[in-house]
Amino acid sequence: MCGIVGIYLKTKKFEKNLGKMLSGMLNNMESRGPDSAGFAVYKNEKKDIFKYSLCINDLNFKKFKKEISNKIKKIQLSQHADHVILKTLIEPKTVIKIINTSFPKVSIVGYGHSIEIFKQVGNPKDIVKKFKLDSFSGTHGIGHTRMATESAITTDGSHPYSTGKDECLVHNGSLSNHNNLRRELIKKGNIFNSENDTEVAAGYVSNSLSNKKSLKDTLTSGLKDLDGFYTFITGTKKGFAVVRDEIACKPAVIAETKNYVAIASEFQAMAHLPDVNSAKIFEPEPGIVYSWGN
Amino acid sequence: MKLDLKKLKLRDINEKLQNLDRKQNDRNFTIINPEGNHAVCAGLTEEMNINIKGHVGYYCAGMNQKANIVINGNVGTGVAENMMSGKVHVKGNASQSAGATAHGGLLVIDGDASSRCGISMKGIDIVVKGSVGHMSGFMSQSGNMVVCGDAGEALGDSLYETNIYIKGNVKSLGADCVEKKMDKKHIKKLNLLLKEANIKNYKAENFKRYGSARKLYNFKIDNLSNY
Repeated sequence: MCGIVGIYLKTKKFEKNLGKMLSGMLNNMESRGPDSAGFAVYKNEKKDIFKYSLCINDLNFKKFKKEISNKIKKIQLSQHADHVILKTLIEPKTVIKIINTSFPKVSIVGYGHSIEIFKQVGNPKDIVKKFKLDSFSGTHGIGHTRMATESAITTDGSHPYSTGKDECLVHNGSLSNHNNLRRELIKKGNIFNSENDTEVAAGYVSNSLSNKKSLKDTLTSGLKDLDGFYTFITGTKKGFAVVRDEIACKPAVIAETKNYVAIASEFQAMAHLPDVNSAKIFEPEPGIVYSWGN
Repeated sequence: MKLDLKKLKLRDINEKLQNLDRKQNDRNFTIINPEGNHAVCAGLTEEMNINIKGHVGYYCAGMNQKANIVINGNVGTGVAENMMSGKVHVKGNASQSAGATAHGGLLVIDGDASSRCGISMKGIDIVVKGSVGHMSGFMSQSGNMVVCGDAGEALGDSLYETNIYIKGNVKSLGADCVEKKMDKKHIKKLNLLLKEANIKNYKAENFKRYGSARKLYNFKIDNLSNY
């Protein structure tokens, strides 16, 4: 199983309510994935500021703040339960190196100019509350509730997976050729932090995007290269895309209004959204990439 | 009688409808705020009219007997799965496996049905006014499936004695499914189904019939690649 949800705002009308809309969607997908949950929210920052989503696990926030302020100058930190959003002008290469060498207990969940990612083990309703998703604003967001089948229930095994700047991916399904593909991608320079199949799909997308392929072309070639069952939602700085494998066992339904596009594993995840009863509601067809805003 | 799924529990509503007093005369129910709930009106066994206002989730009207259920919205996976008798009318689109394994009754879908419509059907009549997705009629055994739009890939794969009538294009036929001649009895039955589904703009002559070539009924080594 697993539940996946996403919302992309076509107008500014609901930007302040994005978190609330997304949290309702995640809460309603608890039945599809009670093991862990996570979400990514996109909100553009001014100028060239980078945001790093970090999971500090059981480290003391004040202590971490003091230590990292000594290593990286001019930073802004905000705490969200065991996650921290670090804002700075410093490039990812430098920041990632500092965190990986000086803070072995801290994991980098994602980074970019726009993305903020939070994920944790536990019931989706508790996780949504813990990170106060209701209070978030933004332009688009993606979420996942996990029923673990393929690898362990850990934070590293939770979705969304972010393997590139402002990128993320959630998955309902399972891949059968992920071990081979992981080996091939490692040779090409990708780094993986888990044994999870979805992380390989995210890495595949990152690798292709870094070779200047469009998201649509990437997912279209993914239909050949990724073997297994899947509905994917992938997010980028500007929008998101949805694709289902050609057998299409894994469900997905899209609701589109003049203000937003919402996608979820089941309609009940979006029953609370404004104007949903007058929305254009359809199932994405198998093997076809649907994208908005890219 | 109006039943509000925002105020009442799904289980209470289903129990009430499943245990209707046989002497009860008021048999008209309206269900409001279904909000994508699963198994709405599953397992009904008595004659009654139900009008569901809104979109529902999986297995709506599953195992239905005798009841007449209208859904003013879309339905999720497996609408009217294993229906025995009665009528289910979906005014929007249906997700995959509509009418799966159903033995009888009539399922009418005004919009499209996605993949595996009528999978393993065993006597139900299904009329889809739009199109159906891939693998529709897979291993279907008896009954009739009428599609006014197009059919996706592998239509009627490994089917037995279901008659499939398609008005539009068929992307591809599944193993052992072939186009067959329309006899008088087929035209008569198809016209009857079109009338029951209130379709006035098409006639039976506009459709093509598909059925089993009966070559895969018994194992033959020559057919190995088709199994």
